[in-house]
Amino acid sequence: MREAINYVVFGWYPYLCLTVFLLGSLARFDREQYTWRSGSSQMLRKRQLSWGSNLFHVGILIIFAGHFVGLLTPIWIFDGLGISHEFKQMMAIVVGGIAGVACFVGMTLLVHRRLFDSRIRKTSSFGDIAVLLMLYVQLTLGLATIVVSLDHLDGHEMVRFMTWAQGILTLQPGVSSLIADAHPIFKAHLFLGMTVFLVFPFTRLVHVWSAPVWYLGRRGYQVVRSRSGANGHRPAMPRPRQQPAE
Amino acid sequence: MKVRAQIAMVLNLDKCIGCHTCSVTCKNVWTSREGMEYAWFNNVETKPGIGYPKDWENQGRWNGGWVRKKNGKIEPRIGSKWRVLANIFANPDLPEIDDYYEPFTFDYEHLQKAPELPAFPTARPRSLITGERMEKIQWGPNWEEILGGEFAKRSEDYNFEGVQKDIYGQFENTFMMYLPRLCEHCLNPTCVASCPSGAIYKREEDGIVLIDQDKCRGWRMCVSGCPYKKIYYNWSSGKSEKCIFCYPRIEAGQPTVCSETCVGRIRYLGVVLYDADRIEEAASTPDEKDLYEAQLGVFLDPNDPEVIRQARADGVPDNWLEGAKRSPIWKMAMEWKVAFPLHPEYRTLPMVWYVPPLSPIQSAAEAGKIGHDGEMPDVRSLRIPLKYLANLLTAGKEEPVALGLERMLAMRAYMRAKTIDGVIDESIARKVGLTAAQIDEMYHVMAIANYEDRFVIPTAHRELGEDAYDIRGSCGFSFGNGCSDGRTEQSLFGVPKRAKTPMEVS
Repeated sequence: MREAINYVVFGWYPYLCLTVFLLGSLARFDREQYTWRSGSSQMLRKRQLSWGSNLFHVGILIIFAGHFVGLLTPIWIFDGLGISHEFKQMMAIVVGGIAGVACFVGMTLLVHRRLFDSRIRKTSSFGDIAVLLMLYVQLTLGLATIVVSLDHLDGHEMVRFMTWAQGILTLQPGVSSLIADAHPIFKAHLFLGMTVFLVFPFTRLVHVWSAPVWYLGRRGYQVVRSRSGANGHRPAMPRPRQQPAE
Repeated sequence: MKVRAQIAMVLNLDKCIGCHTCSVTCKNVWTSREGMEYAWFNNVETKPGIGYPKDWENQGRWNGGWVRKKNGKIEPRIGSKWRVLANIFANPDLPEIDDYYEPFTFDYEHLQKAPELPAFPTARPRSLITGERMEKIQWGPNWEEILGGEFAKRSEDYNFEGVQKDIYGQFENTFMMYLPRLCEHCLNPTCVASCPSGAIYKREEDGIVLIDQDKCRGWRMCVSGCPYKKIYYNWSSGKSEKCIFCYPRIEAGQPTVCSETCVGRIRYLGVVLYDADRIEEAASTPDEKDLYEAQLGVFLDPNDPEVIRQARADGVPDNWLEGAKRSPIWKMAMEWKVAFPLHPEYRTLPMVWYVPPLSPIQSAAEAGKIGHDGEMPDVRSLRIPLKYLANLLTAGKEEPVALGLERMLAMRAYMRAKTIDGVIDESIARKVGLTAAQIDEMYHVMAIANYEDRFVIPTAHRELGEDAYDIRGSCGFSFGNGCSDGRTEQSLFGVPKRAKTPMEVS
């Protein structure tokens, strides 16, 4: 029974989450772009946001990059580069720990603001509050895993998680067995992490897809749209869909 | 030369009575929605005053508009592109809602439902954001109406720069004027430049600046970029919104709602041709005081055959060229030079211009110029300080504003001679560099201000942008997703379904 649950949660569930994450995002982008936004509440209350938002975003971007590179880069590349497992584990603990603490401080400010500032609370949707608390718990779990990791600084546990993550992405649900003996904190962190992907398309998190890095590459500053299409632009008017036969 | 056409606006402040009809009709049409209660696409400020939002003209505080760098290039005052992105998590230059005002309503129901009480029932204010009781309304959209509040606070007005302002706090010397404000639909808009998503754009065919509501992600940099603070963040939809120049009306050849309903008939709409290739150079003019003239240099003479030829080549329709020739904007801004841009020093090349107001003669007896036959009073003795108007309209350069005011005074003197004394006094016209015929036309357009003289708006050519074959049998103005709006109250993504704003253009 335990094995079966483990297989469902760490073998199948990731595919459910990834599918909903990708198709849900695509559907929302296609159908409901008007709802696709960062949902900033800075205009209603600046206090606590400047520090909170900056610490949170910078922290979580570092953490995300760390997870992305750390989990999805095949271990032989690290071996080839001469980076030992112990060193990689230590890097993960130190960099992740610092970024995690910064992020935690920022999120604490943001959670406090969202729950106890009536302007923010009253204008928040269920999703806004839920996703913030979810990330807060997830971050706390992530920080808690550092304590567990201090018990196995040789990095073997870390390599197992890498193998699992890469196995999932290479379509081998059998790798879930690698997680079976992991510490419950790790399991909770993994489960909640996948759940974040599951709810992603239904919350304001979709703004992550739209990080406007392309702005740096925009030639000049001005944007002009032409209706006539004479300059090779596509016409600015939408092509209305036809009335469906009823 | 790249010729483009724009529908521009002129407001004759000499005739504005501050009735706020423009603001109210605009609000009723466009912004009476959740999230936009505090936003006024059009508002009327009493000057001198700090305005709405508070202190908006103080770019040292809000960092709107452009700055000219040492190398002669301009960049948004909020910073270069990487600075903009670095501030995206928390924008340091964003006004808070209290800088506008916390929107409120009143408990009107209480007036009808209150039980018998020893005291008269009152309708107390309630916040439209939190729904909670507001014990005291601290600020409103027009808090300084008709010089409301103390002079000490109102005199923070940026336009007092270089004016000995203390004497204007005295009752005998006080002055005021109205300033209706809306989006300037600039030639060099900073909002467009600072939008990281590229959602804001200027329409090539009529110059209207719009925010693509589908592409806006709510990074809110445009709010800071715009020096006129005429972009509003909708806290409910999470998107920015702005004055759309009533483009559905403009396209049909109708004036904007604010212009149509203006009881003082102070607003003018018409085509201006401009050279898109000269915008950057004009906006980068080294001396701020030359920016007004630099912008005049961007406009193109609609009667010049070379301009007409190039305009046709650039796809400006013939009825637009015809409109440009009859444009009241061209006449007031270029021919008579009585209209001026609002704060040209922001380097945005704004396209909503203002005719400065005349005012009573200061200490008429001292000036000793009243009653002299045909002689005009010195515009420097007008009650509203010339420097104040110059700070507002020409980056502090007084001569152009002085000439504009003199021409308006000349128009009065000339018409007085003509209608009262029955004399055509050409010398009055010559004194201000005009001809009698020009003054007659000025009088016709500015004083009589017939509807067809105020609004010369050629219709849009939708046939150039749309394939009518595609549109046949479609459902016209719908809320997206074809003709179906779905059947559930909530959308799949947890947001209540609602009518999309009509600002949307894909």
